[in-house]
Amino acid sequence: MIPTVAPAPADADQAGTTTPAGTPARNAGKAAITKFSRHRLFTSPGAVAGLIWLAAIVIASLTAPLWLPFKTEDQDFTAVLSGPTAAHWLGTDELGRDILSRIFAAAAGTLGTSMLTVIVGVGLGTVLAMLAAGAGTRTEAVISRVTEIMMSLPGTVIILAVIGAVGTNIPVVMAILGILMSAGIYRVILGQAKSLQSQLYVDAAKVDGVGPLRISLRHVLPGLANTIVVQAALIFAVGMLIQAGLAFIGFGPPIPQPSWGGMIQGASQHVYDAPWMMVPTGAVLALTVLSANAIGNALGKAPNAAAPHLPSAAARRQRAKAVAAIAAAAPKPEDQAAGDGASHSAAPEGTLSVRNLSVGVDSAGAGNGVRLVTDVSFEVQPGTVLGLVGESGCGKTMTALSLLGLLPSGVSVTGGQILWNGRNLAAVADRDMEAVRGREIALISQEPMRALDPMFTVGYQLTATIRRLRGMNRAEARKEAQSLLEKVGIVDAARILKTYPHQISGGMAQRVAIALALSGQPKLLVADEPTTALDVTVQAEILSLLRSLVKDTGMSVVMVTHDLGVVADICDQVAVMYAGQVVENGSTRAVLDHPRHPYTLALLAADPHANHADDMPERLATISGQVPQPKDWPSGCRFAARCQFAGSACLEPVPLLPSGTGEGLVRCVKADQLAVEGMDWLATDVPASRALQVTPRQNLRTLNTIVEKDPA
Amino acid sequence: MSTTVTERRGSTPPAATTPILEVKDLVVRYGRGRKAAAAPAAVDRVSFSIAPGETVGLVGESGSGKSTIGKAILGLQKVSGGSITYQGKDITSAGAAQRRALGGELRAVFQDPNSSLNPRNTISTSLAEPLRLRGVSAAEARTRAGDMLERVGLPREAVDRYPSQFSGGQRQRISVARALICDPQLVVCDEAVSALDLSTQAQVLNLLADLRDERGLSYLFIAHDIAVVQFLAQRVVVLYRGQVMESGPAAAVTENPKHPFTQALVAASPVPRPAEQAERREARESLGVRTGAAAVPGPGGCPFRLRCPLATELCATERPALRRVGASDVACHYA
Repeated sequence: MIPTVAPAPADADQAGTTTPAGTPARNAGKAAITKFSRHRLFTSPGAVAGLIWLAAIVIASLTAPLWLPFKTEDQDFTAVLSGPTAAHWLGTDELGRDILSRIFAAAAGTLGTSMLTVIVGVGLGTVLAMLAAGAGTRTEAVISRVTEIMMSLPGTVIILAVIGAVGTNIPVVMAILGILMSAGIYRVILGQAKSLQSQLYVDAAKVDGVGPLRISLRHVLPGLANTIVVQAALIFAVGMLIQAGLAFIGFGPPIPQPSWGGMIQGASQHVYDAPWMMVPTGAVLALTVLSANAIGNALGKAPNAAAPHLPSAAARRQRAKAVAAIAAAAPKPEDQAAGDGASHSAAPEGTLSVRNLSVGVDSAGAGNGVRLVTDVSFEVQPGTVLGLVGESGCGKTMTALSLLGLLPSGVSVTGGQILWNGRNLAAVADRDMEAVRGREIALISQEPMRALDPMFTVGYQLTATIRRLRGMNRAEARKEAQSLLEKVGIVDAARILKTYPHQISGGMAQRVAIALALSGQPKLLVADEPTTALDVTVQAEILSLLRSLVKDTGMSVVMVTHDLGVVADICDQVAVMYAGQVVENGSTRAVLDHPRHPYTLALLAADPHANHADDMPERLATISGQVPQPKDWPSGCRFAARCQFAGSACLEPVPLLPSGTGEGLVRCVKADQLAVEGMDWLATDVPASRALQVTPRQNLRTLNTIVEKDPA
Repeated sequence: MSTTVTERRGSTPPAATTPILEVKDLVVRYGRGRKAAAAPAAVDRVSFSIAPGETVGLVGESGSGKSTIGKAILGLQKVSGGSITYQGKDITSAGAAQRRALGGELRAVFQDPNSSLNPRNTISTSLAEPLRLRGVSAAEARTRAGDMLERVGLPREAVDRYPSQFSGGQRQRISVARALICDPQLVVCDEAVSALDLSTQAQVLNLLADLRDERGLSYLFIAHDIAVVQFLAQRVVVLYRGQVMESGPAAAVTENPKHPFTQALVAASPVPRPAEQAERREARESLGVRTGAAAVPGPGGCPFRLRCPLATELCATERPALRRVGASDVACHYA
């Protein structure tokens, strides 16, 4: 009889804490407004209707003595069991009592005692959960066991026993009901309270010496507010139903006193001769319960529920359209080979050539056509490693994912070509990409555990993939899996095959993920920060492994990284990306030893790895401000606002051009001048001698939200 | 900042003064009961001290116990053995009241800029909390929050904003501001810059160095990246599986490592110069350090022995004591 309440989805405000760095919220004060998710409440029509109904019921029942046409006991024997009339708007019951008056006279009690269940149940559940989350494992174990016992008690029997003991004292019964329901609420809230307790700001408060009570009230409770409100709305509805049910079976308020359950019970005895009698009370009860549920649902709905992880049908259609448009716009490879001369028709098997690639947010969505990657071109020869390097927010991961057709929902290639063996992958339909992914181009990601399913053994996942991609039988695939693991440097491959992903270390998991990526014998490996999450000693091993794989199999690698040391270690060619563009490319030696773009200069100067202990500078070079948001990219040089060398020429669009004697390209109007003068990026911030000559207003706008004032 | 590099990172730490923090034979075990007692300790008899104005770097791989040591010092982790002394006072198991008295002097900056500030509080609320706890009036706390924000390079008006309105680097500066707002003596920085991009990381490292030089702060700087530690620290303690492998002046440990593990750690950190990196790679491969992937040593002996090219019978039976080799203390029978 005690219904379980479904756990509420993750708290909305909680999602705010995981906002990726560098994407400050757009509107000031937004956090304050979302505090109780008001906007969600008011955008759901059901919830708005529910709120209006509940407000009306509450106001009507509170003011009932003032306006009710009849007293609840007034009997009108001239109109017994009547339908709606001018005198009795909602009809009368078997004793000629006015139904409208009785409904609203009963409402205050029903709503009030249901609220009592909410207060007792949600209050007790929340207090217990915060106590358990804050006090340590032993207390939590005790409280959890007690609530488990409470949940295993037969609620109906206890309620009936309570009624047997104290009589039909509705407030007491509803309070006991609240206690019984608190166990379920405790379970819903505990997980969230524990996750809030483990936040670093709670640690910071503890370091301050903030006591446990204050931590619970100031740092944990506000984060639970949303869940608590949702639970309260749902429990309120449940409480009303249970109360009506009790009254229906005769355990309502003493007889002359009206109650919704009692009225429905009365109506049920006249269901054949006066069916109308059931309608008003039943409808009021049903609508009130529905209203509470609608409000609870609207509050509980995750704010991003409209953007699910998998692309929606609309997004897929949009992407298909974009693909078709690109296919139509792009010249046929054959034409191109004819037009461009022999260089492309002669491209050896396994050459990747990305030309003028642009990636953007679909214009239908909230991003409104913002471009994330613009005009990116690079070429990867078989058996070589290309590094895509830059800070977060520079579009390097988007570029890499577009090679595999794995762009997130709502983002698609908007222009340019991805020529793989002469075929334009940007114009290939999703279904046909499946033949390319894994077999020709494979991916390893930053978080190896994400590539592995925790429910299956390493061996199962490897053999299943091998069988699917290579069409081998089980025994052959098993053998191949073992040899793949040996190939990625796992000594006891037979044992690892039998383990589950959680039983192996991060470095081992990345080796397994690489083996998984190799299982389709790809010619190109896209590696998105493959060593960022690993210890440096493990990183060095993984890089050595990748290097030997490139040497042995002749495959090529596109390596996305922010670490210039990793680039120096493994990459043959490098493309430095800034704000969605390639700003400099060339051989790794040329770019790292003789950087020509100020951004590359600055990155090298900011890297403590670039210095030895004996020549470690007193201060590292910095780049003031931050990478601008895609919507704020200026038409001129995108780095100008942060550049020590920027001048008025930088306000015009800058093409990617050869510079000096280097074989690479650089996107800077001052590159030649800087190379001649041998200028370095200075460690001091914004030197007066080379101050910006750019109109400050125009460029400052590119810095999102707050312009950082670095201590000069 | 008129001091020169060598002066600032003074190779001999100020001697003869009482250390601001002394950690002695610290042991931390996770869990309780017989099973936990049999498992290797997360932190196993670790000792080091920090002099006033000194920065000590704590380096190691994941699982080396470096963050656990930081938590134990901050009172966020129960200690199983040994002692932690702050300015002569034993704070090994200090309660909330003693922590509160201490909380102004002993502060922390944590790794994740996304979760180290309460997303529901304005910046001024977050910054003022430690001050308000110490009885500073609301108006005064707000003024000081604004001053501190300006000091870390953010506009004073930012006090009324929420953490979500700042980038990762800006949030980390706010965390630094929060740590420094009540004029602490010692700040524990637990991977304080490792979640940041290069240019932002440099900004925060510079800020930490400037504030130290301005205020004579001491830092316990916990990081996995030895180059970052080398920038800030005068002394470095290298940990492996909860034990100190090597400790000594930053330059000695990073440029002339004695312990095979430190050698492996230093050699594995790539430098952004392709030619030099190729040499380093060869040097690293010639060290003969075995992969750590499956090497879980049993109790007793040296924790690094299964990966170590120098390991012998002795290393499996006897835990090497720290002994002076050159400028550093090294826990290796064969260093």
